[in-house]
Amino acid sequence: MIEIKNVSKWYGTFRVLDDCSMAIAKGEVVVICGPSGSGKSTLIKCVNGLEPFTKGEITVDGISVGARSTNLPKLRSRIGMVFQNFELFPHMTAADNIVLAQQKVLGRGAEEARAKAQELLARMGLSEQAAKFPAQLSGGQQQRVAIARALAMDPIAMLFDEPTSALDPEMITEVLDVMVKLAEEGMTMAVVTHEMGFARRVAHRVVFMDQGAIVEDATKADFFGKPRSERAQLFLSKILTH
Amino acid sequence: MFSGFDFDVIWRNMPFLLNGVWLTLQLTIMAVTGGILLGLILAVARLSGIKPLAWGVAAYVNFLRSMPLILVIFWFYTLVPKLTGTSISGFYSVLIAFIMFEAAYYSEIIRAGISSVKRGQISAAMALGLTNLQAMRYVVLPQAIRNMIPVLLTQSIVMLQDTSLVYVVGLRDFLTSAEIVASRDNRPTELYLFVALIFLVVCFSASRLVNRLRRKYTL
Ligand SMILES: Nc1ncnc2c1ncn2[C@@H]1O[C@H](COP(=O)(O)OP(=O)(O)OP(=O)(O)O)[C@@H](O)[C@H]1O
Ligand SMILES: [Mg+2]
Repeated sequence: MIEIKNVSKWYGTFRVLDDCSMAIAKGEVVVICGPSGSGKSTLIKCVNGLEPFTKGEITVDGISVGARSTNLPKLRSRIGMVFQNFELFPHMTAADNIVLAQQKVLGRGAEEARAKAQELLARMGLSEQAAKFPAQLSGGQQQRVAIARALAMDPIAMLFDEPTSALDPEMITEVLDVMVKLAEEGMTMAVVTHEMGFARRVAHRVVFMDQGAIVEDATKADFFGKPRSERAQLFLSKILTH
Repeated sequence: MFSGFDFDVIWRNMPFLLNGVWLTLQLTIMAVTGGILLGLILAVARLSGIKPLAWGVAAYVNFLRSMPLILVIFWFYTLVPKLTGTSISGFYSVLIAFIMFEAAYYSEIIRAGISSVKRGQISAAMALGLTNLQAMRYVVLPQAIRNMIPVLLTQSIVMLQDTSLVYVVGLRDFLTSAEIVASRDNRPTELYLFVALIFLVVCFSASRLVNRLRRKYTL
């Protein structure tokens, strides 16, 4: 479904991504972890073309992200993305946040889009919050609205960039629960997170990045059993004792 | 206390004065609308990331902002008829001058407003599949407008007051009309008080309107 082949990216002379290759099959859940500044956000933003890359190739459902001829907005509409800081549109209600792109990008009618928004809010346990503005919601609620907003586009895959790291501890679970459910329903997911509990529960594979390179790409069992690289071992021991 | 005054002079000359008010209002409303629209286009062009376009706009904005308005009015008054070959009314040449001049200021206000919207908002909009223009229209501008309304209003009030400069090309705006009556009937105090009152009412209602708009847009 998602294929990343020998992708490198430079900011001037600084190499953010160093010859990264990995693939995510349909229905697979891949957790990406690594120290701060290792290029995790940059890598998943390359997948939907929010960040351009210098070398290599990325294809999503057979479509090349970097090709000039690719209709990027159309491709992006098929890939959901969830951000660390939610990035809900503050001038719109929760429901309108979910309706906007359905209408403007997919061309759905107002009624259909509203119904879809209501249905997704219900799934997130947020039916009561539909008419509220983001500033009136808790962080956990905002992030669930953001997930609903992405799901409303009926994406073929979902990208998460540290979806719980801006949340208070008591709100992390409510967001992770939603993500676990999504994974169990068979959604294709790439999740940048340090929540190893989440990785243990639903990940198929864990990818470890350091200094722009993919240092380890292992099945869940292998990664938590005996990570091959020293750096991954060190990283794991640090966040697991945390 | 107004025993020595003759406010009747205002009533007697009302139609004449109202003509002046009308010209001032027309000019202000058209120049504000045109200036904001052109300013928006300039701001978007400058932020477009297309280098030659951004530089061109920057040069335009910086040039006009270093010119006195009255000079720009003179230019257009003499230039526009020459360039177009057709004689165009003083009103329209002045209107064009105001739009071109004010757009330089508006574009800077709008650019600051657009830049004040967090980058993550644009990423989120694009990630949903919105095009650049759609992201601008539905996500960035509605937030930017909230931030810039007070400054846009202030600039527009300055512009309303600047319209009195049109007397230099012989147009009879409100202040000029009042001045004509004041010197002819020798009643300057009454007329200038009246002018002040009208400006006060107009500016006050404008700011009331803006407050209402702002409440509609804020949470
Ligand atoms: N616009 C930019 N210009 C130059 N360097 C940048 C830019 N954006 C990011 N970087 C650098 O690229 C590197 C990778 O950044 P990235 O945000 O992908 O890391 P990350 O793994 O997501 O880190 P974190 O865990 O802190 O989110 C960092 O060293 C960062 O400083
Ligand atoms: Mg990051």
